[in-house]
Amino acid sequence: MSQQRWQFYFLLTPFLLWIGLLIIWPHFNMLEVSLTERSWTQGDSFSFKHYLLFFQQSLYWNTYLRTAWMAILATFITLLISFPVAYYIAKVAKPRSKLALLMCCLLPFWLSELVRAYGWMILLRESGIISGLLQAIGLADAPIEMLYHDATIILGLVYSGMLFMVVPLVSSLDSMDNSYIEAGFDLGGNRWHIFWEIVFPYAMPGVVSGCIIVFMLNLGNYLIPNLMGGKDSLWFTEMVYTQFITRFNWELGSAFGILLLVLSSLLVWLALKLSGQSLSTTVGR
Amino acid sequence: MIASIPFKARDLKLYKLYIGLFLLFLLLPLVVVVVFSFNDSLFPALPWQGFSWTWYFGDSQPKLGLLHDSRMLRSIVNSFWVACGVTVLSLLMATINALLFVRFEFKGKGLLYMLMQLPLVIPGVILGVSILVASSQLANGLEEAIGWDWPWLRPGLVLVVFGQASFISAICSLILIARYRRFDRSLEEAALNLGANNWVAFSTVTLPYLRPTMISAGIVSFLMSFENFNTTLMLVGSDSPLTITMYERLREGSTPVINAVSVCLMVFSATLALVYLGFRKDAQD
Repeated sequence: MSQQRWQFYFLLTPFLLWIGLLIIWPHFNMLEVSLTERSWTQGDSFSFKHYLLFFQQSLYWNTYLRTAWMAILATFITLLISFPVAYYIAKVAKPRSKLALLMCCLLPFWLSELVRAYGWMILLRESGIISGLLQAIGLADAPIEMLYHDATIILGLVYSGMLFMVVPLVSSLDSMDNSYIEAGFDLGGNRWHIFWEIVFPYAMPGVVSGCIIVFMLNLGNYLIPNLMGGKDSLWFTEMVYTQFITRFNWELGSAFGILLLVLSSLLVWLALKLSGQSLSTTVGR
Repeated sequence: MIASIPFKARDLKLYKLYIGLFLLFLLLPLVVVVVFSFNDSLFPALPWQGFSWTWYFGDSQPKLGLLHDSRMLRSIVNSFWVACGVTVLSLLMATINALLFVRFEFKGKGLLYMLMQLPLVIPGVILGVSILVASSQLANGLEEAIGWDWPWLRPGLVLVVFGQASFISAICSLILIARYRRFDRSLEEAALNLGANNWVAFSTVTLPYLRPTMISAGIVSFLMSFENFNTTLMLVGSDSPLTITMYERLREGSTPVINAVSVCLMVFSATLALVYLGFRKDAQD
């Protein structure tokens, strides 16, 4: 038995060191830095200054709210577009084309997000393909700039998140017994009712886990807003980056980091509460 | 399709049209990137100047191809080493976690299991920033207290490896744990009964069982490391991995050499993805 205890501690120690040194300690450290006021004359002292600054400067909290709102909107649109696709893959397609479709969905996501954003940039910019095509067929008489709008950011986010929505949806719809749907029809339901009362509730775990993952990816995205958004379309992760790397104001940057973490945890918690799911059933699969 | 309740022919056609449009949306940006890597022009844009390999093999300015672009090549080498480091560390931690969480029952297991998954719900930018803050403070503290200067605690490739491994190891752990849970422990007990010691039983029975899964988890972590951007951006020093170099080029104003790199990445990822699928099939048998 003692040998087993020894083995247990032999495994537990590296685990605790890993999580402690790379996750827990850095985050507490960041919290501590965000609550510190540096002063050359009086030394460091405890202060809520940086959090107060966040609420005083409308630019900061406006960007914060804007980021949250756009991340939620993009998640919702992703769900709207993905659900019919997932239903098609799970229930309509024949086994062979099912696999092919799923592979097509997977394909872009083996690639760097940078390459995907770059593809959209080539398509959408002023000298880009779509603008050129529109001119060629006579729908436009001057180059159109389609990049650098808020709508482009949403487009980019929806594109990036698609796979993480489709896969959980397919896996929850796949496990659904077709006889549920048949029974619904036998009892006189139409497609609309059956969708809302049978299919959608059944897919709920997939919906929640897809939405949570996509939302978190959107909120923490840096590349898409940076490359596809315009000069004044700020994103909160860009502000964190600016404070740390450009301004070298680590205290304010840390406060922003903590605030972003609070926002994502809060919204994820809210989504789990509202849908009655737990974290391990959604993320841990 | 559910045979007893077919769609009307017209509805099914509309549905298929929708799926077709979705696939177009999914693949269009990638196709564009590939096509324009062969355009004999200084810009990845219309008009089409004719087919050319110059962005791959061109050896003179201004159309310097990928093979002669030393900065790009160096960053590929950097990315390769980082990905190797991340893969080794993540697999090691994943094996430890799998043994710890499947073999042992202990107090607080649920809490620790949640802690293990925690990095998956923290935005990548925040993970990077928190590690940056903590390691810099540690480096400063060490230098002040005992005069040690540890350059690897400053932003650079070593820190990038740890930053990426902090969440990639969590993903690998989940993959390995899922596989190890389905392992029949009596096989290991039989080895022990036949006189093997713990290590021999582990390395001749358990490890071969886990090997296909370990290889596919290794491929996943290699690819995720290679294409990671958010965490890397915060921790990078003077040597930059590929995604950072590509990003800097994009900001400077892009030339089709970025397309050429992207195409190479696509070929490389697709190859690894196929290998991955092969091993995943092995792991399910």
